[in-house]
Amino acid sequence: MNEMIEKLQAQALAEIESVTDLQQLDQIRVNYLGKKGLLTQQLKQLGKLSAEERPQAGQVINLAKVAVQEAIESRKSSLEDEQLNEKIKQGQLDITLPGRGGKRAGLHPITLTLQRIESLFQQIGFDVVEGPEVEDDYHNFEALNIPEHHPARAMHDTFYFPDGRLLRTHTSSVQIRIMQNDKPPFRFIAPGRVYRCDSDMTHTPMFHQVEGLIVDENVTFAELKGLLIEFLEIFFEKELQIRFRPSYFPFTEPSAEVDIMGERGWLEVLGCGMVHPNVLKNVGIDPEKYTGLAFGMGVERLAMLYYGVDDLRSFFDNDLRFLEQFH
Amino acid sequence: MKFSEKWLREFVNPSIDSETLMHQLTMAGLEVDGNEPACSPFDGLVVAEVKSVAKHPDANKLHICEVDCGEKDLLTIVCGAANVREGMRTVLAKVGATLSDKPKLEAVALKGVTSYGMLCSAAEIGLGESHDGIIELSVTEEIGKPLKEIIDIDDNIIDISLTPNRGDCLSIRGIAREVAVFNNIELSKSKINPVKITSKAKRKIKLSAKAECPHYVGRVIENVDVSVKSPLWLSEKLRRSGIRSINIVVDITNFVMLELGQPMHAFDNDLLKGDIEVRYPKDNEKIKLLDESEHQLKSNTLLIADDSGPLAMAGVMGGFDSAVSTKSKNIFLESAFFMPEVIIGESRQYRLHTDSSHRFERGVDPKLQESAIERASELILQLCGGAAGPIAEMTSNQDLPVNTQVILRKSKIKRVLGIDLEEQFVTDTFTKLEMQSKYKENQWFIVPPSHRFDIKIEVDLIEELARIYSYDAITVATPSNHLKMRSSNHAHMSVKTLREILVNRDYQEVITYSFIEPELNKSLNNNEKNLVLANPIAPELSVMRSSLIPGLLNSLQYNVKRQRDRVRLFETGLIFEGCEDLKQDSHIAGLIYGNTYEKQWDKNETLSNFYDIKNDVEAILYSSVEKNRIEFKKSKSEILHPGQAVDVYIDSKEAGYFGQLHPKIASKFGLKNNIYLFDFNIKNMIKKSVAKFQPISKFPSVRRDISILIDETVALVEILSSVKSNATEALSNLELFDVYQGEGIEKKKKSLALGLTFQVTSSTLTDEEVETIMGNVLDGLYNKFGAKLR
Repeated sequence: MNEMIEKLQAQALAEIESVTDLQQLDQIRVNYLGKKGLLTQQLKQLGKLSAEERPQAGQVINLAKVAVQEAIESRKSSLEDEQLNEKIKQGQLDITLPGRGGKRAGLHPITLTLQRIESLFQQIGFDVVEGPEVEDDYHNFEALNIPEHHPARAMHDTFYFPDGRLLRTHTSSVQIRIMQNDKPPFRFIAPGRVYRCDSDMTHTPMFHQVEGLIVDENVTFAELKGLLIEFLEIFFEKELQIRFRPSYFPFTEPSAEVDIMGERGWLEVLGCGMVHPNVLKNVGIDPEKYTGLAFGMGVERLAMLYYGVDDLRSFFDNDLRFLEQFH
Repeated sequence: MKFSEKWLREFVNPSIDSETLMHQLTMAGLEVDGNEPACSPFDGLVVAEVKSVAKHPDANKLHICEVDCGEKDLLTIVCGAANVREGMRTVLAKVGATLSDKPKLEAVALKGVTSYGMLCSAAEIGLGESHDGIIELSVTEEIGKPLKEIIDIDDNIIDISLTPNRGDCLSIRGIAREVAVFNNIELSKSKINPVKITSKAKRKIKLSAKAECPHYVGRVIENVDVSVKSPLWLSEKLRRSGIRSINIVVDITNFVMLELGQPMHAFDNDLLKGDIEVRYPKDNEKIKLLDESEHQLKSNTLLIADDSGPLAMAGVMGGFDSAVSTKSKNIFLESAFFMPEVIIGESRQYRLHTDSSHRFERGVDPKLQESAIERASELILQLCGGAAGPIAEMTSNQDLPVNTQVILRKSKIKRVLGIDLEEQFVTDTFTKLEMQSKYKENQWFIVPPSHRFDIKIEVDLIEELARIYSYDAITVATPSNHLKMRSSNHAHMSVKTLREILVNRDYQEVITYSFIEPELNKSLNNNEKNLVLANPIAPELSVMRSSLIPGLLNSLQYNVKRQRDRVRLFETGLIFEGCEDLKQDSHIAGLIYGNTYEKQWDKNETLSNFYDIKNDVEAILYSSVEKNRIEFKKSKSEILHPGQAVDVYIDSKEAGYFGQLHPKIASKFGLKNNIYLFDFNIKNMIKKSVAKFQPISKFPSVRRDISILIDETVALVEILSSVKSNATEALSNLELFDVYQGEGIEKKKKSLALGLTFQVTSSTLTDEEVETIMGNVLDGLYNKFGAKLR
């Protein structure tokens, strides 16, 4: 009987070794280990043996069964591995083909620049405020200490409407609206479109400005300098050579223009100053108690320097070949 | 303002080079815009007199001249200039001379006659633009004198851009005052002495508009020779300041204006009748000005007039008929002070901007008039001869601006600048600025000099101190803050978020002008009234947009013309509706054109359609407004395709629209595909409630899919609402997953596939329960629309 078992086991192992798929393997399991399997049948023969022979023969059969079982398991796992490997092999793709579906477009570089400016000032507690673009003379000029016959009006090239209203020439008009309706301290920036009746290589009739203002009890020119130097260096992400140059705006005094050193010499990037006492008086703030600092920057100028754009007008052509460079 | 550096250095000559000087000016607030050499270098040029002129025997246009250049023998010069004549003084480039474009002049034979040098035009020696003939010099120029000794060729023209508050620097002397302060040196003041009065001629002056002209000084000078040419030193100084030489008297008045800052005017005294009066026009008066423009005078125009009528527009420009010419014999000089506001009004009204009006607008020193007229008289007598009459002067002291005392508190300096300045520095600075200053109990009592009419209040003085101290030297501080959190409202959809949604859906942001072409604006909105600019830069940029769509369409067209066949754009910004009752609301609008997706390797190309734009609109709307507050209604808008037009209502209020651009309008843009667009007022995009948590059912859901055949005219919303009303609360989701028309389906019918999901929070639904509901749903669809199960 032992011989018979050994023969069956050897036969089974050989079959297991030679199968190539899981289905055949399962058939082998049924053939040898199933209810009517060859090895299972041998167990049924045990009854014919004597009580002394039975345990030993039973052990032999069981060992054979275990050996076959193990061989099947091991063959199964190797067949499964082969199958998986085959599947993986078939799944090799050209990973350099582009992804599919909708793409993302981008924001206009002026919006990107504005958002960058806004986020920097918001970090230190500035509000972002807005105002109308069609303005009246009072908010754009009069309240900002630019009376009707002021020569500074000639610096503005204003667009007018027949009834005397105008397109705001700066976002400084917003500071009047905000200060009229609230109480100090104030700390805000006013970004937006502004308009000047001028169009050539370096001027577009519409452009963007960010006006900033702090009015509080102890605001000084030294702080104005500190604030703007910090802003410029963080905005441009580098140390800059910066100078403050005396200038004139009717709504600030002292007034300054801020230049940074560029590749081809000094470049004007900002106008600023201490809020003129007349402006504070015009909105009902006591200039003896409060002082203010104000600054205004041309967004296109900053965007041109930041991105290296060399033609101002390209911002408003809306040529996709230009705009897509900022994605 | 342009000026010659050497002229400035006649007044103040610090030992610094040009670069440093220009830097100093810029940092003083007199911004240097640029500079250039005054003339190109030359050598070997001398003053020469043409002794004789003869025709060249072999060339029609050439002359053979004998020229005296101070040497023993006359030189033979061949000259082609038409203006060459006997007795004329001009510039000779001798053999060996160097000019900018001629390295070394040689004697050359011209048609057989040797020329030993060249008579020069102004352009050839870099003293002007004129190529018209050779330069004519004053007969007072010394023959044989090297040109280099008459004019300084090693000079620098500096162009400064002055802010309107610094009218005091619109002269060489004004700039020199600043340079003196910054270099701590004295101004070399050549005292102006009154000229000797040798004539009795005088004209009476009448000030009929005292408030506008509180000071007028006039003088008659007789027997003046205006025919003489201006000497080179004079015309060259004017040229370097950007002013053309006219005639000697006008040149002298311009010179005095440049030197001292007082605009002046000279009349031909023989053309004047009676008294000089400063007044406003009478009815229907006209004037012809020096530039030959004629003007009907408006009642607010200040005039200089005589008994016969207007002579000049005060402070702006003289009249044509009374102007000094080379033939004039007797002249009347004017040196006056006009109030800035009057001149601003005048020059703006008539759109006349002159060197004179520029200065009067910004303010002229009200104490300068006498010295200016004396300086001009001195030069006229010296260069043109003549006899000066006594000065005629009218002053209205009560109307003349007076600089009053300004008090500066020491503490205020620190409050504004953030730094302390030493008392000594402050006092010294005021002295250098020619201010009368007294210091007492931490206060300075200051009276500014008459030329600093811009100093009126305390902070004006602080600015002066900061300027002299140098802005760059002021130490830097960090602003302090009152830390305060801002209220944050969940309801407000920021424009930033809306932009992000669109960018993520492949819309490129554009920024277009707020003013557009009127016809285009009209064709794309239903507003009757539009806001039109009074002074547009171009007709196509003359009306304020009442919609963002025109700008987007222009950008679309621009890009399609540049070979883009798929364009998706959006813009945010204000639009302007109405006119008197103007509304300026922030809108967001976009358009799509061409394929849904960019060309891809494994997707079929399909053109965008109505449902693509609707999907984008839904994404924007649902991100900011609760679905149940939104209604889509068929739109009657004339700008949209009547079958593909939707008005969007939020809380029953119109909030925007979307759909296909009307083919009639689209055809104007010449584009081959349909255009789909949307436009929303951002103000309406407000969330009303914070999301409220609903418990999630623990029980499994049951799904039933049905496919029904229904009339093609029945709208989906109606079908869905019928299903919902019959499906009870147990219906947790309802989706449409197929719409089909075509083969296998009757004509005028469509097949819709709907997926219904049922779920309740309290139990698992049984099959019977679901079947009962489904039965009701199908009955409902059949009864209402005759819909059958497929």
